[in-house]
Amino acid sequence: MLESILLTVITAATPLIFAAIGELVAERSGVLNLGVEGMMAMGAVAGFAAAHVTGNPMIGVLAAIVAGVVMAALFGIVTLVFVANQVASGLALTLFGLGLSGLIGDSFVGIPGVSVPSLNIPGLTDLPIVGRVIFGLDPLTYLAIALTIGVSWFLFRTRGGLVLRAVGDSHGSAHTLGYDVIRVRFLAVLFGGACAGVGGAYLSLVYTPQWTEAMTAGRGWIALALVVFGTWLPLRVFIGAIVFGGVSILQLHAQAFGIGIPSQFLSALPYLTTIVVLVIISRNRVLVSTNTPAALGQSFVPDR
Amino acid sequence: MRIILERRADPSKAMQFASPILAIVLSVIAFFVIFVVSGIDPLKALEVYFIEPLTAMWSIEDLIAKATPIILVAIGLCFCFRAGVWNIGAEGQLVAGAIAGSFVPIFFPDASGPLVLPAMLVLGMLGGMVYAAIPAVLKTRFGTNEILTSLMLVYVAQLFLDWLARGPWRNPAGHNFPDSRTFTDGQLMPTLPGTEIFLSFPAAILIAIAAWFVMRYTRFGFQIRVLGQAPRAGLFAGFSHPRMVMASFLISGALAGLAGICEAAGPIGQLRTSVSPGYGFTAIIVAFLGRLNPVGAVFAGLLLGLSYMGGEGAQIALGVSSQTTRVFQGILLFFVLVCDTFIIYRPRLAHAPARAAHPAAR
Repeated sequence: MLESILLTVITAATPLIFAAIGELVAERSGVLNLGVEGMMAMGAVAGFAAAHVTGNPMIGVLAAIVAGVVMAALFGIVTLVFVANQVASGLALTLFGLGLSGLIGDSFVGIPGVSVPSLNIPGLTDLPIVGRVIFGLDPLTYLAIALTIGVSWFLFRTRGGLVLRAVGDSHGSAHTLGYDVIRVRFLAVLFGGACAGVGGAYLSLVYTPQWTEAMTAGRGWIALALVVFGTWLPLRVFIGAIVFGGVSILQLHAQAFGIGIPSQFLSALPYLTTIVVLVIISRNRVLVSTNTPAALGQSFVPDR
Repeated sequence: MRIILERRADPSKAMQFASPILAIVLSVIAFFVIFVVSGIDPLKALEVYFIEPLTAMWSIEDLIAKATPIILVAIGLCFCFRAGVWNIGAEGQLVAGAIAGSFVPIFFPDASGPLVLPAMLVLGMLGGMVYAAIPAVLKTRFGTNEILTSLMLVYVAQLFLDWLARGPWRNPAGHNFPDSRTFTDGQLMPTLPGTEIFLSFPAAILIAIAAWFVMRYTRFGFQIRVLGQAPRAGLFAGFSHPRMVMASFLISGALAGLAGICEAAGPIGQLRTSVSPGYGFTAIIVAFLGRLNPVGAVFAGLLLGLSYMGGEGAQIALGVSSQTTRVFQGILLFFVLVCDTFIIYRPRLAHAPARAAHPAAR
C-alpha cells in the first residue's frame, strides 16, 4: 500500500519536475515563458504520435523534445529577436500549443498508447517496500532526478551557469562585459522547451499512456508556480514537485474512497494549494528577493 | 545575418494604425499555409472561416452574440494591461459573474418585473469584482504574482460551476441533465426589435466609448497609463500603485462578471456546467489587437467572434477540429505582439555579427 502510494506520487511529480526545472533555467536567464502549458501539450501529442507510429516510446520522447524546442524557438524569436512582451507572448504560446496539439491529436483520441517500461533489476526491484520505489521506476524519472542535480551543478558550479545567471540578473552589465545576452537567453529558452516537451511526453507515455485533448490540465501553470515556490533553486523546486504530486494523488485517493466531499472540490485542491503556497512564499520578501532573477521578464535591446 | 532593432526617434504613427492590420494579414497567410500542409483546400477553408459567417443574417447575429462577451471582457483588460497589471483570470471572473447573477432566477424562479434583470446584472458584476479582488488583494498585500493566482482561480471557478450545475442547482424537473432551470421572460436579456441581437451588444459599445473617454480624458486614466508605462515616474508623482492594481482588477472583474451573466441570461438562458468556450482568454488577444484601446477592442472582438463562427463552420463543412480556432487565435496574438514592436523599433538586417564571435575571450 505504502509502496504503491509512493510510486503514484513520484509518477505525478515527474512531469512537474521536468517542466519546472526547464522553466527555472529560462527564468534564471531572465526570460519568463508562460507558454509551458502549450509546450507540454505539444510534447504530449508529439510523444504519443511518434511512439504510436514507431512502436518505440523512446522515439516518442525524442519527438517530444523536438516539439518542445520548436515551440520554444517560436517564443524565443518573438520575445528575444522581436522583443515582444514576454507575458503576452507566453499566453499566445499556450493558446497556440493547446490548439495545435488538439488539432494534431484529433485522430489519436481513444487509441491505446505505447508506454515506457519500468526498470527491472532482478533481486533489487523485488526488495520489500523500497525495491520498486528505488529500483523499479521508469527511466524518465531517473532522468528527472539527474536533470535536477545536473542543472543545480551547472547553475552554481560552472562558468556557463554564472554567465546565465548574470544575464538574468543584469542584462546590461552582462552585455557590457561582452556576453551575447540574446544568445544565452535563446539557449536557455530552448532548454526549457525541451524539458517541457519531455514533461508532456511523460503524461502521454507513462502517467496515462493515451492522448486526450488538454490532458496537461494546468500542470504547465503549476510548474510555473513551482519555480516561484522553489525560489528559483532546483532542489527546492524538486521537493515542491514531490509535494504537489502528493497533493494530486491525495485528492485522487480521496475521490476513490468516496468520502463525502464533492469530486469537484477535491479536483480544485491542487490549484488552491498553489495559491496558498504562493502567498506564503511571497510574504517572505527576503527569501524571494534573494534568488529572483532581477531582470526577469524584461526585454533586452542592445544599444550601440 | 541577424535582425537588428533600432529605436525610432518617435513612435511611428503609421505603424500604430497599420500594425493590427498587418498582423491580421500575416495570420491569415500563416493559416493558409497550415491548411495547405494539412491537405485542406486553403481557399475553401478561408471562405468557410471568414466569409461564410457574414453571408446570412442569422449567422451575423450569432457572431455578434459571440463577440459581445469577448468585447466586454476585453474593455476591462485594457485597463489592466495599460496599468501593467496581468489579470489573465478573466475567464474565472466571467464564470463567477454568471454564478452570482444566477442567484436570482435560481432561488426566486417566479421573480418577474422590470427590476429582475438589472438585479441579476448588478449581482453578476459584483460577483466578478469579488472574484477579481482575490488576486488583487494577494498582490497588493503580499506581493503574490497575480498572473498565477488569477489563472489558478479560473480552474477553481470552473470546477465550482460544474459542481453547482450537476449538484445543488440542477433543475429538479430536468431529467438529470446537468443544467439549471431555464430562466423565464423577465430574467432574460431582451433583443433588439426584429432581430436576435441581444441588448448587451449596444450596451457593450456604449461601455467601450465610456471606457475610452475615462482612459483618455480623466485623471484616473492618466494615472493608469503613467503607472503602466513609467512606474517610477508615477510613484514620484504620488500615484498609488496598489490603488491602481486594485482599481484595474475591479473594473475588469466587473466587466467580466457582466459578460458572464449576459451569457447566462442571453444566448444560454440558464446555467450550465460551462458558460464560456474560453471568451476570457480570447479577450486577452482582443485587448492587444485593439491596441489596448476600448474602442479598438470592439472591432477586434468582432473579428475574434468571427474566428469562433469560422471554427464551427469548418468543423461542419470541412470536418476539421474546432481547435483550429485556437490555433488561429494563438498565431494572431504572436503577430500582433511582433508588429507592435515595429511601432517603437525599426528592423534592419545586418550581415556582419554585431560583436566578436567569442565574447568571453579577454
